[in-house]
Amino acid sequence: MSDAATETLSVVVEREIPHPPEKIWRALTQPHLIEEWLMKSDFKPVVGHSFNFRADWGAVDCQVRAVEPNKTLSYTWEAHGLESVVVWTLTPSSTGTHLRMEQTGFRPDQQQAYQGAKYGWPKFFATLEQVLARAE
Amino acid sequence: MPSAHDVLFRTLADPTRRALFERLCREGETTVGALTARAGISQPAVSKHLGILKQAGLVRDRHAGRQTHYSAQVGALAPLMDWTSQMAGFWQSRFDHLEDLLKRMDQ
Repeated sequence: MSDAATETLSVVVEREIPHPPEKIWRALTQPHLIEEWLMKSDFKPVVGHSFNFRADWGAVDCQVRAVEPNKTLSYTWEAHGLESVVVWTLTPSSTGTHLRMEQTGFRPDQQQAYQGAKYGWPKFFATLEQVLARAE
Repeated sequence: MPSAHDVLFRTLADPTRRALFERLCREGETTVGALTARAGISQPAVSKHLGILKQAGLVRDRHAGRQTHYSAQVGALAPLMDWTSQMAGFWQSRFDHLEDLLKRMDQ
């Protein structure tokens, strides 16, 4: 269990998006737009900038690690005992942009992670559904 | 993956079932009779809850004579502890939102 608890894992989500990289970049980096699809934040596209993503279930502590306009964005992501790094990669394609998100990290404390899963996520997803309902 | 989460969350959302599961985790293998004695509900109700816990893989039953013994399967909680499956679902839904936003930005 202790080996698994500190194991580094990653999540990759990739999509072809029919919009140019410049436009997606705005959605990834402008707080009033970030809030529309992710969470409230005080993000600034400046390497070293510390910021939070905030929701009523808690906050995600982040720090900007890399900014290459319209191409790459990376920040640390720490929440519910998860220590990770999120890397966004935008690649122009014939139909728009290939958008890739990779989150790599580990959970040092499985118990804390389990508590996070048990209490944080159901509430989070419930909120998410409310937001979705409002958006439609 | 999300459906495995749904089943676990739904199963453990019920306080009576959660109490039964927690008791099996704490006390080890226990008979239906012993569980009923302290559950405050009827034996058929306890059996029904145990059946739902079993379907979710959270408990295992063992028949011995006229008694049925139940034990907790803590490993069934693993999907909840695997942050990658949680986050994969999270980001998929966020990508959906992002695409919705990008459409609105066109207008």
